[in-house]
Amino acid sequence: MVELRPYVALFRGQARSLASYRASFVLELSTNVFATVMDVLTVLVLFRVSRTLGGFTLREALLVVGLSSCAFAAADLAVGNIERIKFYVRTGLLDAVLVRPLGALPQLLLMDLPLRKLSRCAFGTGVLVFAAATAGIDWTPGRVVLVVAAPLAGVVFFSAIFVVSAAVAFWWVETGEIGNAFTYGGRDFTSYPITVYSGWFRRLFAYGMGFAFVSYYPALALLGRADPLGLPVWVGYAAPSVAVVAAAAASVVWRVGIRHYRSTGS
Amino acid sequence: MDSVNATGARWVHQNVVVSFRTFTAITGSGFRRYATYRQATLAGAFTNTVFGFLRCYVLLAVADATAQGLAGGYDRAQLATFVWVGQGLLAVVLLWGWTELADRIRTGDVAADLLRPVNPVLSYLATDLGRAGHAVLTRLIPPVVTGLIFFDMYLPQRWVTGPLFVASLVLAVLACFGCRYLVNAAAYWLHDVRGPMIAWTLGSGVLAGLYFPLRFLPDWAAVALWVATPFPSLLQTPLDVVVERDPPATQAGLVALQAVWVVLLLAACGRVQRRAERKLVIQGG
Repeated sequence: MVELRPYVALFRGQARSLASYRASFVLELSTNVFATVMDVLTVLVLFRVSRTLGGFTLREALLVVGLSSCAFAAADLAVGNIERIKFYVRTGLLDAVLVRPLGALPQLLLMDLPLRKLSRCAFGTGVLVFAAATAGIDWTPGRVVLVVAAPLAGVVFFSAIFVVSAAVAFWWVETGEIGNAFTYGGRDFTSYPITVYSGWFRRLFAYGMGFAFVSYYPALALLGRADPLGLPVWVGYAAPSVAVVAAAAASVVWRVGIRHYRSTGS
Repeated sequence: MDSVNATGARWVHQNVVVSFRTFTAITGSGFRRYATYRQATLAGAFTNTVFGFLRCYVLLAVADATAQGLAGGYDRAQLATFVWVGQGLLAVVLLWGWTELADRIRTGDVAADLLRPVNPVLSYLATDLGRAGHAVLTRLIPPVVTGLIFFDMYLPQRWVTGPLFVASLVLAVLACFGCRYLVNAAAYWLHDVRGPMIAWTLGSGVLAGLYFPLRFLPDWAAVALWVATPFPSLLQTPLDVVVERDPPATQAGLVALQAVWVVLLLAACGRVQRRAERKLVIQGG
């Protein structure tokens, strides 16, 4: 049985520090939501110019956006701050974390949990609920399970991407923004039906890295549409399982990375 | 006001040639400083390129789905050029990630800037021009070349576009510097600039035309943005110039509008800096 109390203490410390600057927290909470609002607005503006995008109507595309932004916002809230690992490595804080008898990853996450991103998460979920309600979905038990499982799997998937791209810092501290290409880039990729992209770029992001299974295939299954790219219908229902593979891969990369870590010296 | 004041009454004694030499020397050191961040440059160019693919495919899909293949008045090739040059310009004007002044104000290091016999605004501007020069070579060219390899890009047809684009690019760098300086200078009053910084980061991308060309918006909204805010002058105008979206006269007008914004923004920077120095108390011992 893992002792949870130290983690709870870390989380409570974090929450208390926020509570002492209440006005600042409320301000950050309200400005942060605009990050997700902008993403959705961008999609709406694009649909102002054309009636369809990659063969999908606004109603259908909104379901893709909802699945993507709900999952990304929640993963960003829970794990997004791991991208600060470069800073922890450079300042030596990681050494302090490693000597404590607790898991390094949960400590790092709880030490700096960005609760201000709760508002994004709520907005993303709102978009998903609205899209699911208005897209004219023919509800079956399978689809009800899928509409809950798909965003949850998306959270795990994006969290895995965050961890892998942060773990690169163990080998290469000055990774700069490379991680963003796959975390925020992944969010942008999953915000549109993948029929929008083409060629090797689509194959790499959609199937190579698995981003197609976060929002596109679950959305197809929910809408009951056949895949224009030719994959069978059950792929949409099976899509959430990709998250398991991603999580396993992320955990391996993280473990190897932390073993490889040799401090920065004095 | 008998206290040490860095910007007060300096101009009287200053020799133009000497101050020009100082300015170019700081610009050169700005260039060399950013030339040492090799890994960060490479990482940034890579990330901009990935986002270039994402944005380009999305905008091309928009054009494909319209009746005439025109989205907001741009054809496919123009959209490709818009995206790929935009991905490079993003780093040249440095839309995001500049918190140097705010950090120095918070830590008190800004005291050292104020003691130097150079106007702080001009000295930061000189460094920024050096940085932008470096970015033109290392951050603008890679995405544009990538775009040329993988997409059918629009190449400018009119000879005026060349000089007009260079002018527009320089003005965009100056305007963006002015905006960033003002956002950072909020730290003189607030200490913690995360609020204004988040607002700037979120607003600038969308309003400058990075996510979609502003011509996708209703006409009244696009015109209002152009006239009432400096944002289109940061990216949209140089990009419209290079893809030749409008006839030459309109383009020259838009660049002139950029120049007006540059004058207003830099004047505001100077004013804000003088006001800040009157009230600044360096924290700490």
